[in-house]
Amino acid sequence: MTRTGMIALGLIGLILAGWEGAVKIWAVPVFILPPPSRILETAVVQAPQILPHAAVTGAEICLGIFLALVTAIPLAVAMFAKPMVEKALSPFLVASQAIPVFALAPLLVIWLGYGMASKVFMAWIIIFFPITVSLLQGLKSCDPEYRTLFTLMGASFFKTLTLLYWPWALPQFFAGLRVGVSVATIGAVIGEWVGAQQGLGFLMIQSNARLQTPLVFAAILWLAAMGLILWTLVGLLEKKIITWKS
Amino acid sequence: MLRITDLAKYYDGQPVFSKMGLQLPEGSFQVLLGPSGCGKTTFFNTLTGVTSKDAGTISWQGKAVDHLGRLCAYMHQKDLLLPWFSLMDNALLPARTRGRNMAAARDRAGELFFRLGLKGYESHRPDQVSGGMRQRCALVRTLMFDRDLILLDEPLSALDAITRQRLQHLLLLLQTEFAKTILMITHDVDEALLLADDIFVLSPMPMGISRHIKLDLPKPRAFDDPHLLHTKADILAHLVKGEAA
Repeated sequence: MTRTGMIALGLIGLILAGWEGAVKIWAVPVFILPPPSRILETAVVQAPQILPHAAVTGAEICLGIFLALVTAIPLAVAMFAKPMVEKALSPFLVASQAIPVFALAPLLVIWLGYGMASKVFMAWIIIFFPITVSLLQGLKSCDPEYRTLFTLMGASFFKTLTLLYWPWALPQFFAGLRVGVSVATIGAVIGEWVGAQQGLGFLMIQSNARLQTPLVFAAILWLAAMGLILWTLVGLLEKKIITWKS
Repeated sequence: MLRITDLAKYYDGQPVFSKMGLQLPEGSFQVLLGPSGCGKTTFFNTLTGVTSKDAGTISWQGKAVDHLGRLCAYMHQKDLLLPWFSLMDNALLPARTRGRNMAAARDRAGELFFRLGLKGYESHRPDQVSGGMRQRCALVRTLMFDRDLILLDEPLSALDAITRQRLQHLLLLLQTEFAKTILMITHDVDEALLLADDIFVLSPMPMGISRHIKLDLPKPRAFDDPHLLHTKADILAHLVKGEAA
């Protein structure tokens, strides 16, 4: 393990130990703040109860990511290929970010129902933006001298896109995707808070109402773990694909 | 013959050049020699149609053309190799972008790799080889354009002195072995003297040809050829005078 990794691990250990000690010393009731050991125990022991909810939330997030990818990539490419398209659409893109997405959650439940659709939609609108913007920036960042070379080779736009622009933009695309997957969990959970019959957000609201605080924390722990796994997977994929040094 | 007549390009009403005229016989090696920032690259961009010309005519082999974009190959001081492709795939780009027969192109590129001393490095990535080898690969790619006319934009100026000397001999092959017509811009007087049939010394702002020197010496030439040294002194004196004026 690296030095910085050791420091980070030590810091986490210190915080958890402080938390555990403080709760014990001041005898804080479990329903207000459970100690980390209790949270971990709940997360493991009640896993059979939590897992189905985690699976639902995970599916919502993955579907959201998938939808974001299949919409953001063509849109970014279209905006890059035709500046007219970018000019026409960018006000909408910016405006869409000015609206707090969470404010839309109750409406989405009305429109799309209590099922997965409204949560997938929430996740999608949250992830969509960083991917589109970063991919567009990546495509635009291509060195004009390379473009000239491709023009002189007589390359079509499609050939130039696949051989030059797309690989060029990949690092920025992945940066956007990382941001996207790390906020995707927020979208899905907010959607579940507002109205759902399953999912980690639903579990949190239910346990919260019953003062089952350790279960609320356990759900958060699972959620964080899912976010981390997604983040790591994107990182691994990036390493696998981008093997060159620019 | 490449004939350029009264070519002009303006930025904000100011001429970068307004009456550029050149004639390149087929198979000749012509060099534009001038200080950095005198408008050489704009001139090339105008020739290749990357930026549009404001006036003047260009004709190649007797036919008037709008620009040389589809007629010439181009080599830049940056190697412009794609870091995600092997040297071979980089060399094959011109064939790939134009949908040529890839098997034939691969054979041809293989021969050129051998000829230019890159054999054995076909599957290396650009970041795994030296700057000189990258520029050799760029030279192979330039030849893979399969065009008779070649524009060289300070192709060796980013290299160290020793590598540059070696590659100057390879640039000469473009003319002697591959029978290309070459127009090169450079600010390196020695390079111009070694390679050129004609040297056109450029004056800045607006760019124009202030002097034409014809070099009838056989190639390859030696650095210490007395005639070359004499011409060099002459050119340097001219450049210094131009700067003082």
